[in-house]
Amino acid sequence: MYELLEKEYVTDITIMMVIKAPAVARKTQPGEFVIVRTDETGERIPLTIADFDRDAGTITLVVQEVGKSTMQMGKLGVGDGFANVVGPLGHATEIEDFGTVVCVSGGFAVAPMYPITRGLKEAGNHVISILGARSKDLLFWEDKIESVSDEFIVCTDDGSYGRKALVTEPLKEILEERGKEVKRVWAIGPAIMMKFCALTTKPFGVKTIVSLNTIMVDGTGMCGGCRVQLEDGARFVCVDGPEFDAHQVDWDLMMARQSYYKPEEQLAVERWEHRCQLEALA
Amino acid sequence: MAELTIKQRRQIPRHAMPAQEAAERRSNFSEVALGYTEEQAIEEANRCLQCKKPPCVDGCPVEIDIPGFIGALHDGDKEESLRILKSKNSLPAICGRVCPQETQCEIKCVLAKKAEPVAIGRLERFIADWDLERGAATPEVAEPTGKRVAVVGAGPAGITCAADLARLGHSVTIFESLHAPGGVLVYGIPEFRLPKDTVYQEFGCLECMGVEFVPDAVIGKLYTIDELLGEQGFDAVFLGTGAGLPSFMRIPGINYNGVLSANEFLTRVNLMKAYRFPEYDTPVKVKKKVAVIGAGNVAMDSARSALRLGHLQAAGVLPAGPEEASTEPLEVHIVYRRSPVEVPARAEEVHHAEEEGIIFDFLTNPVEIYGDDKWNVCGMRCIRMELGEPDDSGRRRPTPIEGSEFDMEVDMVIMALGTSPNPLVFRNADDLERSRWGTVEVKDEKTGLTTKPRVWAGGDVVTGAATVISAMGAGKAAAGDIHRYLMNGS
Ligand SMILES: Cc1cc2nc3c(=O)[nH]c(=O)nc-3n(C[C@H](O)[C@H](O)[C@H](O)COP(=O)(O)OP(=O)(O)OC[C@H]3O[C@@H](n4cnc5c(N)ncnc54)[C@H](O)[C@@H]3O)c2cc1C
Ligand SMILES: Cc1cc2nc3c(=O)[nH]c(=O)nc-3n(C[C@H](O)[C@H](O)[C@H](O)COP(=O)(O)OP(=O)(O)OC[C@H]3O[C@@H](n4cnc5c(N)ncnc54)[C@H](O)[C@@H]3O)c2cc1C
Ligand code: SF4
Ligand code: SF4
Ligand code: FES
Repeated sequence: MYELLEKEYVTDITIMMVIKAPAVARKTQPGEFVIVRTDETGERIPLTIADFDRDAGTITLVVQEVGKSTMQMGKLGVGDGFANVVGPLGHATEIEDFGTVVCVSGGFAVAPMYPITRGLKEAGNHVISILGARSKDLLFWEDKIESVSDEFIVCTDDGSYGRKALVTEPLKEILEERGKEVKRVWAIGPAIMMKFCALTTKPFGVKTIVSLNTIMVDGTGMCGGCRVQLEDGARFVCVDGPEFDAHQVDWDLMMARQSYYKPEEQLAVERWEHRCQLEALA
Repeated sequence: MAELTIKQRRQIPRHAMPAQEAAERRSNFSEVALGYTEEQAIEEANRCLQCKKPPCVDGCPVEIDIPGFIGALHDGDKEESLRILKSKNSLPAICGRVCPQETQCEIKCVLAKKAEPVAIGRLERFIADWDLERGAATPEVAEPTGKRVAVVGAGPAGITCAADLARLGHSVTIFESLHAPGGVLVYGIPEFRLPKDTVYQEFGCLECMGVEFVPDAVIGKLYTIDELLGEQGFDAVFLGTGAGLPSFMRIPGINYNGVLSANEFLTRVNLMKAYRFPEYDTPVKVKKKVAVIGAGNVAMDSARSALRLGHLQAAGVLPAGPEEASTEPLEVHIVYRRSPVEVPARAEEVHHAEEEGIIFDFLTNPVEIYGDDKWNVCGMRCIRMELGEPDDSGRRRPTPIEGSEFDMEVDMVIMALGTSPNPLVFRNADDLERSRWGTVEVKDEKTGLTTKPRVWAGGDVVTGAATVISAMGAGKAAAGDIHRYLMNGS
């Protein structure tokens, strides 16, 4: 069992969890992820390691409640545990001194972006961070990101905080203003956001890295369920990624694959909510 | 052994295996083959001629004394029969069920020339099941040697190696990347062919022998092999990581929704118990027309699992999405580029698949998969094949017949094309030599010693996808050699 040591809702639907997993913490590099299974009947779901503390033997996960498994995590209390935490998985982010870089994160992806931003800053880059969310109440960790950025831009879709814009707008402006000065862009968030960031940077020829969140089962390369179509063939996101060159990804196919189990996910949520209601009545 | 003449023995017909009726078993995941009764087993044992130079033994990869264990069974000495079996095979209840007997021991049986061979596998299963039913005895463990061995991978190779080393007094830790031990026996082979209770019973109480099991441990990531031998303080490492990497055909449409590797499909169904969704969280889909590509055991298991899921959906036991809900019967095809003669699956599985209503399309190969506007599979273009000259594998090489393309209506395609070793474990282990197929090179097949000092390997990671019995045998052989090394230091 992997004990839950701390838990905090950083937005209404985003949970930050600190979990005891010393062996995983010992090896973790920015950009890697774990596969977590809550209990014996649970599914194996991939979650990025948002932070880690080797001395304390802990990893931090930031999870957005989107379906049965993540909602169930919301019900866990400090002292409870996860049946399984497997990792670190995937390849670490390629971090070096590139010069000027832009890190764009959308929604809960602020969390996985944090160790990457910190790593890039420590490596000597001039880091420009762009944070986006649908509205103010979905924003979190602004201070953490800001503390490791040289420039910092926040926007919300509805204008309830920061600039009223989609993240692609400031991204485009920066590329127009600074041209070739920007050496690399990272974009992490919902698939649709990553797709549009890719389309934004492509005309400027700036290498853009995305972290893909395909459906996974094992996370170790044995099922192929996570595969993504790149221009030069398919890759397994869990072992070849999760980071890829955004300009190579077949986004429409990737998004279609993500929604393959929608009816089943819907059913699982309905069943879970029904169970929670019954428990609340009892 | 008793009284019958050879002629009389030859006249006893081979006993059929009691089995669940096809119509019934299509809607459940319970075991199909039910096992001999004691009476049937003794009569079947009576058919063995007790050959002085038994050819059947040569057919068995671990050279079980077959007339020996059958003779003891016939004489009513099950204890002795079990002892003979177990001296060579630690997993008889598993191998008795899944060994391809018809190409190993039974094909060599003298009876096979004129009539049907002795049902060696079924007798093996009978004795092993009898042993499991009476409950496991506490295994005897030698005095602790103070030596520590890391076993990587908890499939039949790793489990056998660990158990043998523990019995010899070594301290053993098994590192497994998945959350449960068993390897293919648990994530791949379905419940209806190999019940998981049987697997775990047969593995026995490893903890009682002092074996430590560490799940969720992906070697190559969590620890490298060098770290196991260095800071983690192990004296030796055994690699039994299998051949779990799936392959996909290089044809257009291969990444559409609804094209799955057999590994993904079977892992969802078996390891994650998707056939009990939504009680278990992991979903699996089956649609109306499934094509399974390939004709090995993996293909048969996939096809028969899909068929069962379809029947469970039709019966309303398993929820079906709106597009799946249908009163039409589910159709499952095995699409294979060679002919029935070359089918690599166990004969019994092919027979069961046919009884259950799986449709076989031989000499057929997919060339393209069609998708609809949502990238869901909606058809498959195939080409007819003919067989030419024998290739490297000794089987006749299939070649496409020009202009024979045709379309098949399918909405799900499962690729069961064979697997190769997962390279994850080899990260940062460049001094471990591997073949161009990704398998580990061993210096001596009889010991499994690799080119990397203090590292042994065995099972599918060395041979490529093979059999449970050969993996078990390799684990046993390596355990013997590791023991020798640990005690002599060379
Ligand atoms: C490498 C990687 C890193 C990720 N990191 C994070 C993270 O740090 N924080 C976070 O909140 N989410 C992260 N995700 C996404 C997260 O895995 C899914 O949100 C989660 O599995 C949803 O499970 P559910 O049962 O709650 O929802 P479901 O109802 O099952 O699904 C809701 C959505 O999640 C996707 N999903 C479902 N099952 C899986 C699965 N097994 N693997 C991947 N996606 C799935 C579906 O496409 C769907 O869009 C990551 C995904 C990947 C691949
Ligand atoms: C669907 C299917 C049906 C089959 N049917 C039959 C049959 O009827 N008869 C028969 O004889 N054979 C059959 N086989 C083949 C047989 O199962 C294998 O030959 C046998 O299981 C190989 O044993 P193994 O111990 O070498 O590897 P595996 O059983 O593959 O076990 C390897 C284990 O190592 C783990 N592992 C891998 N990488 C790592 C890592 N980096 N770190 C930690 N752990 C790791 C894996 O998760 C797995 O648990 C079948 C195979 C499949 C897939
Ligand atoms: S282990 Fe397999 S090959 Fe050997 S005798 Fe038993 S069934 Fe036959
Ligand atoms: S070859 Fe057949 S008859 Fe002869 S000992 Fe073996 S099983 Fe018995
Ligand atoms: S999740 Fe199974 S191969 Fe990537």
